[in-house]
Amino acid sequence: MSSPHAAPRPGATPVRRAVPPGLLFALPFLVLFAVFMVWPLVQGLWMSLTDTSLSAHAPSFIGLDNFTEAFGDAEMWRALGHTVFFTVISTVPLVLVALVMALLVHTGLPGQWVWRLAFFAPYLLPVGVVSLLWMWLYQPDLGLYNHLLDVVGLGQVAWLSDESVAMWAIALATLWWTVGFNFLLYLAALQAVPDHLYEAAALDGAGAWRRLWSITLPQLSRITVVITVLQILASLKVFDQIYLLTKGGPNGSTRPIVEYVYDIGFTGYRLGYASAISYVFFALVLIASAAQYAALRRREK
Amino acid sequence: MTSTELPVRTAPASQAAGPIRELAITRRARGGRTNLTLGENRVSRVLALGALAVLALVWLLPASWALLTAFKSEADASDPAHWFWPRHGFTLHGFSTVWERGDLPLWMLNSLLISAAVTVITVLVSAMAGYAFSRTRFPARRPLFVLTVAAVLVPPQILIVPWFQQMLTLHLLDTYAAVILPQTVAPVMVFILKKHFDSLPDELEEAARIDGAGHWRIFWSVLLPLSRPMLAAVGIFVFIGAWNNFLWPFVSTSDPALMTLPVGITSVKDAYGIQYAQTMASAVLAALPLVVVFVFFQRHIVKSVATTGLGGQ
Repeated sequence: MSSPHAAPRPGATPVRRAVPPGLLFALPFLVLFAVFMVWPLVQGLWMSLTDTSLSAHAPSFIGLDNFTEAFGDAEMWRALGHTVFFTVISTVPLVLVALVMALLVHTGLPGQWVWRLAFFAPYLLPVGVVSLLWMWLYQPDLGLYNHLLDVVGLGQVAWLSDESVAMWAIALATLWWTVGFNFLLYLAALQAVPDHLYEAAALDGAGAWRRLWSITLPQLSRITVVITVLQILASLKVFDQIYLLTKGGPNGSTRPIVEYVYDIGFTGYRLGYASAISYVFFALVLIASAAQYAALRRREK
Repeated sequence: MTSTELPVRTAPASQAAGPIRELAITRRARGGRTNLTLGENRVSRVLALGALAVLALVWLLPASWALLTAFKSEADASDPAHWFWPRHGFTLHGFSTVWERGDLPLWMLNSLLISAAVTVITVLVSAMAGYAFSRTRFPARRPLFVLTVAAVLVPPQILIVPWFQQMLTLHLLDTYAAVILPQTVAPVMVFILKKHFDSLPDELEEAARIDGAGHWRIFWSVLLPLSRPMLAAVGIFVFIGAWNNFLWPFVSTSDPALMTLPVGITSVKDAYGIQYAQTMASAVLAALPLVVVFVFFQRHIVKSVATTGLGGQ
């Protein structure tokens, strides 16, 4: 078949030709997408308008009652507040520490392999391992950190059982666990800064600090915005490490909104109400995304 | 600001110039070329090295301490007077006790099976969809792609309740299928692979078409082999995500025989109570697989995170 117009192949039945091949290629994804993304989104919305529960009774339509309840639910607002608080106190160090790590490693000092392993390896640990590890580190009587505080003469801290400390302790564990990801993104961006900028600056006699402030950091501003956006969206979804380290305690003082959904749905069996709160959380994520998109667009102009 | 193009966008170009770029990175990494960011100033080099060493120490300390605990006897692990170095030397007792219980190897096997299945399905299905959106025409192609891109904004956490309800209705709770299938929908990977296929030149495909190759032949024998680095990057990323995924496997399984490593390992604490050496031994064993893989495939993993981590932003 050397002719470029050899479209109708002998074996192709009329039925097969009726379906565009492109659609066949997209079909497996589209089916999975419809069944496990679009349908659950619709079903979740529907459930949020019903009193669906894990117990036997048949669900009935209750209109916006779940949403009315949610907006008057102090525990929901409290959980939402914890999520936002965690997002703020985790995002700032997760961006800044990653930047410092990447700048230091990129200077080309010996031992590249060791630095990358030290900073990135924790990211590869399953959250179950991270939580076991940090519960041991934070253990009041035997844990490493209280021993170290003892050594330098400071008092002991009830890391995970003091309401005013617990969220900070979780943020610290999260910083240790996930900073390596942002670190690698920064490292890749640093390698993309063109050498000629530094060569020109060197000819002009600019010192190391001057080059950092005038070349490196401005060149990193775009990636910094992107990393910050991704980090905020990731931090808003926090659940795993909080659930495993404190189960949202002490006294619900660290319970994030995703855990509230889980508690309402799977401990309280109220799947309808849990769906409504899921959608409140979804709205928060969408608002955050829209705000960041607007900010990005304005910067681009 | 073309100079700050992200790695995602420059990926195809760097593929073409693969060896040269690799070399540049290695040379810089070894400090072989004149150091452009730091200069020749010896004081600043020493200061930077000092700061780096302190940071690395802080980052290595938690895991090292856990490792130390894992090799202690239970008595030493819970002795506050000798909190750092054990009084009675080191032992493998913690490891052997944990391993003999048998659930840890089972969880590892489950995690391996589930992550491998998620990775194979996700990469294949996303690559096919990426190809369809990039290289073919069919009705509603644009709106379907826009829908896919919009779905990137949906946090999987909000789907947990409907997924659970779905699996309950289908009687699939506590099956591998329930754990695997929802994880295989990865709109962001479809987006990344579509962009990747967009960046490949048309000529090879044209040549294959003239030779009479159909879409499947072009996809399978021409484009996929060309895309190996990108597929590896996406695959590594998906695998790490599936290996470490917690919430959905936690909700969809209650049968200990089906638990994945991240879920199973959390039951260890309740099982061992205050047996810290055994708890840390299980943590170390659970951490081992991916850390070992990282040590061997460091370059690939680093590249995978750099190219797919930004989600095609």
